[in-house]
Amino acid sequence: MTYITKPKLHHPKLPVNALGFTHRDYEGSVSTLCAGCGHDSISAAIIQACFEIDLPPHRLAKLSGIGCSSKTPTYFLGQSHGFNTVHGRMPSVLTGANLANRDLIYMGVSGDGDSASIGLGQFAHCIRRGVNMVYIVENNGVYGLTKGQFSATADKGSKSKKGVANPDSPMDLVSLALIAGASFVGRSFSGDKRQLVELIKAAIGHQGSAFLDVISPCIAFNNHAGSTKSFDYVREHNEAANALEFLEGRQEITIDHDPGTTVNVTQHDGSVLRLRKLAEDHDPTDRTSVMNFIQRHNARGEIVTGLLYVEPDSEDLHHRLGVTKRPLNSLSDAELCPGSGALQKINEGLR
Amino acid sequence: MSAGTETLEQRPAPDKRKSGGGHSGDAAGMPPTDISNPAYFHKVVDCQWACPAHTPVPEYIRLIAAGRYTEAYMVNWKSNVLPGILGRTCDRPCEPACRRGRVEEEPVAICRLKRVAADNKSDISALLPPKPAKKNGKRIALIGAGPAALTVVRDLAPLGYELVVYDADKKGGGMIRSQIPRFRLPEEVIDEEVGYILDRGFVETRFGTRIDSMKQLLSENYDAVFVGSGAPRGRDLELPGRKEAAKNIHIGIDWLSNVSFEHIDKIGKRVIVLGGGNTAMDCCRTSRRLGGDDVKVIVRSGFDEMKASPWEKEDAMHEGIPIFNFLVPKEFTHKNGKLTGVTFEKVVAKQDDKGRRQLVPSGEPDQHFECDDVLIAVGQENAFPWIERDCGIEFDKWNMPKVNETTFQSTNPKVFFGGDAAFGPKNIIWAVAHGHDAAVSIDKFCNGEDVSKRPPPMTNLVSQKMGIHEWSYDNDISNELRHKVPMRDQKIALKDIRAEVELGFDQKLGYAETQRCLNCDVQTVFSAPLCIECDACMDICPVDCISFTPNAPEPDLRQMLSAPADNLTQDLYVSVPLKTSRVLVKDEDVCLHCGLCAERCPTGAWDMQKFLLEITHATEARCSRA
Repeated sequence: MTYITKPKLHHPKLPVNALGFTHRDYEGSVSTLCAGCGHDSISAAIIQACFEIDLPPHRLAKLSGIGCSSKTPTYFLGQSHGFNTVHGRMPSVLTGANLANRDLIYMGVSGDGDSASIGLGQFAHCIRRGVNMVYIVENNGVYGLTKGQFSATADKGSKSKKGVANPDSPMDLVSLALIAGASFVGRSFSGDKRQLVELIKAAIGHQGSAFLDVISPCIAFNNHAGSTKSFDYVREHNEAANALEFLEGRQEITIDHDPGTTVNVTQHDGSVLRLRKLAEDHDPTDRTSVMNFIQRHNARGEIVTGLLYVEPDSEDLHHRLGVTKRPLNSLSDAELCPGSGALQKINEGLR
Repeated sequence: MSAGTETLEQRPAPDKRKSGGGHSGDAAGMPPTDISNPAYFHKVVDCQWACPAHTPVPEYIRLIAAGRYTEAYMVNWKSNVLPGILGRTCDRPCEPACRRGRVEEEPVAICRLKRVAADNKSDISALLPPKPAKKNGKRIALIGAGPAALTVVRDLAPLGYELVVYDADKKGGGMIRSQIPRFRLPEEVIDEEVGYILDRGFVETRFGTRIDSMKQLLSENYDAVFVGSGAPRGRDLELPGRKEAAKNIHIGIDWLSNVSFEHIDKIGKRVIVLGGGNTAMDCCRTSRRLGGDDVKVIVRSGFDEMKASPWEKEDAMHEGIPIFNFLVPKEFTHKNGKLTGVTFEKVVAKQDDKGRRQLVPSGEPDQHFECDDVLIAVGQENAFPWIERDCGIEFDKWNMPKVNETTFQSTNPKVFFGGDAAFGPKNIIWAVAHGHDAAVSIDKFCNGEDVSKRPPPMTNLVSQKMGIHEWSYDNDISNELRHKVPMRDQKIALKDIRAEVELGFDQKLGYAETQRCLNCDVQTVFSAPLCIECDACMDICPVDCISFTPNAPEPDLRQMLSAPADNLTQDLYVSVPLKTSRVLVKDEDVCLHCGLCAERCPTGAWDMQKFLLEITHATEARCSRA
């Protein structure tokens, strides 16, 4: 880790966003992760994305579980709400927070251990319920904090740092999220910020459970030859399904130059996802075909990235439950506790 | 490379990265930076690059921070010869160049830190070069004992030269002693530092001797002659009334020199100083101390166009001296042979057809200022009436000697020039730089070598890594703003012309100021083969100066970076192509040299290495060959 605090001095010509902030105003404290960790690049992408969409930092709640990945919320958006929860239990705490205050933007940051092992059930159910959130898994295929054992997402046959091959099948969180009913599914790579920043922006604008699987090489334990989560391997096998450009609702949508290959998807909040098709056999709005697409490319040893699936007219948990449109903390005592008469009425209705 | 990576490159770039051209593998991209050329890293050390004598500034600032004042003084002494004097009077070309001034409001107070080293040093006599045991058989005459000639003496004396120094004044120092007022520079400091030099070997001083004939001097069979006679003639203003009121109209530099040598100790109550340079500032502040209650500075052009350093203007105004601008003197008014005032024409600055700035009459009525004395400080000139035009030294159409800008040799190979005598009025630090170069030439000339072959500088590049995240320099820089130098109470300061106005930083304040230095000499050195393109350096960089990008021609590349590189005077550090065919580009402009890129680099592709460059002076050039 770095001992000094990052100097406050910044580039004199740094761009400012609509709120008058520079991207440096979205930083957190200096990372204590290993030098070169992919997770730090993801934090930088989150900072850039929040800066670009003019997000007021206090509007974001960041929640995490346990692990290297789950330490990272400390390293971005120091002015936002944060909750470092129990191992694998971030989805439940996030769901609760979301139910209590639907006005905040929820970002769950987790890892392959936190979400694909101990928290697998929590992960699947949170997605299934359509909680309105961005769920980011910083996926490096190893347990970095305990010195590099294979995690549940490590590919079968991939080699550990000591040269031992992994005998078990991997858990593919992207496929799992699709099966569980996620309405926004993407995969990216910590070493490709251009793609990642746009995906994060689009995911924040999405109404419903948005899942991002971000391959993030572990420099200390999983960046060697034989690993399938190393910088070199991912760069060589990266197959982008599309190129995404996130356009906020107020931006003017210009005419497409290439209508045959570009699709505009308008989201609930008016934002537009402009997708330039790169893979012939990919239709991002057809869940079944996307699942096939992923398996097909997976069998060829390719890692598909980009915005893989999106359901523009998705509904979130609050809509499904029909609960109040206002955060609980803005309700009066009388509204929150309508008295025994109201309770009796409800009970009567259930008889 | 697989098809997959190529698809990544086809993705549209976000707006800020868009540019006219530049795809990976573009043949017209910038070539990799050659860091083996010492000029590259030297230029990154802005202060040292801007200093005419190329003093290694960050090196001595770190020594001051460590409380090693004597060593800090010696780093200066070796490079700029007169640290105590320059620490009070230097024109500080280093400070406008200082990188701190580009990331924050003001540069590091480099000049005043130099004084901290001088004020706090202990006895340096043991650290001075040893006196030569025997003469080397060559005799050199030096005309003038100002900063240029003193530097030549300093560099040549240890080599055994017999040096004969002439000066019309009774003591050495030249304009340092005669023109700089004592309230800015105490005489003890001059005596001390001039003393170190004149005591270095076979130096003979012939002070109080004015040279009236170069021919005569050349006939005395010196092996070489160095002319460091300065720019001794103050410009006059030939206006109506000049002759009639001559008794109360003085030429600034002559008047200052008369004050310094105590021939003059008072002036009228109302004083007008004409001119906007540093001499004018010295004149007005000196007047305030010799009885001038109502002292004004009046300049032809605008306040912002004045030649005086901003801090000298501030100091003058702080002493209650107003500066009036856009007033062109027209006439000295007088009554019964006594000066009564000066009439000025009011002007405005306009651009003519060719875009040149010109002063034109505003049409308003002339303005008259009453006064008892006028000091004219409108510039200085060289004067060589004592050099016969037939002694082999050619002069140009401006009546200046033809002097080679590198070797300082005149058309008479035996005669060398330096300081203001060479290329007109500059300042002390330039004179010192000239002296170093002239000394190299004189030494080569006396040894029958080609003077045009210059010794290369000594350079050294050493890693500062001590541990995982430990460096042998303090990379945790201070966020404090520039500290003000404590001043003497004005009531006392204005009463005594010998009372130094600036008290200098004490050790505590000096330490605080050293912590503002960014250590620009600790270079970020990049090794492309080690880089895995993890982006860690780019993400951590507090000033967004690191980018990984497809290569492109420089103008395009400058706009494709994390933050635009609009300062064209600062270089881009470009790597050879990396694995993904992109290049690493670092904009040197506002790099804080904090080392975070190297701390966050997992493979050691970045390293912080201290670059030390020392100009090779005559002494070292000769000794290293012996």
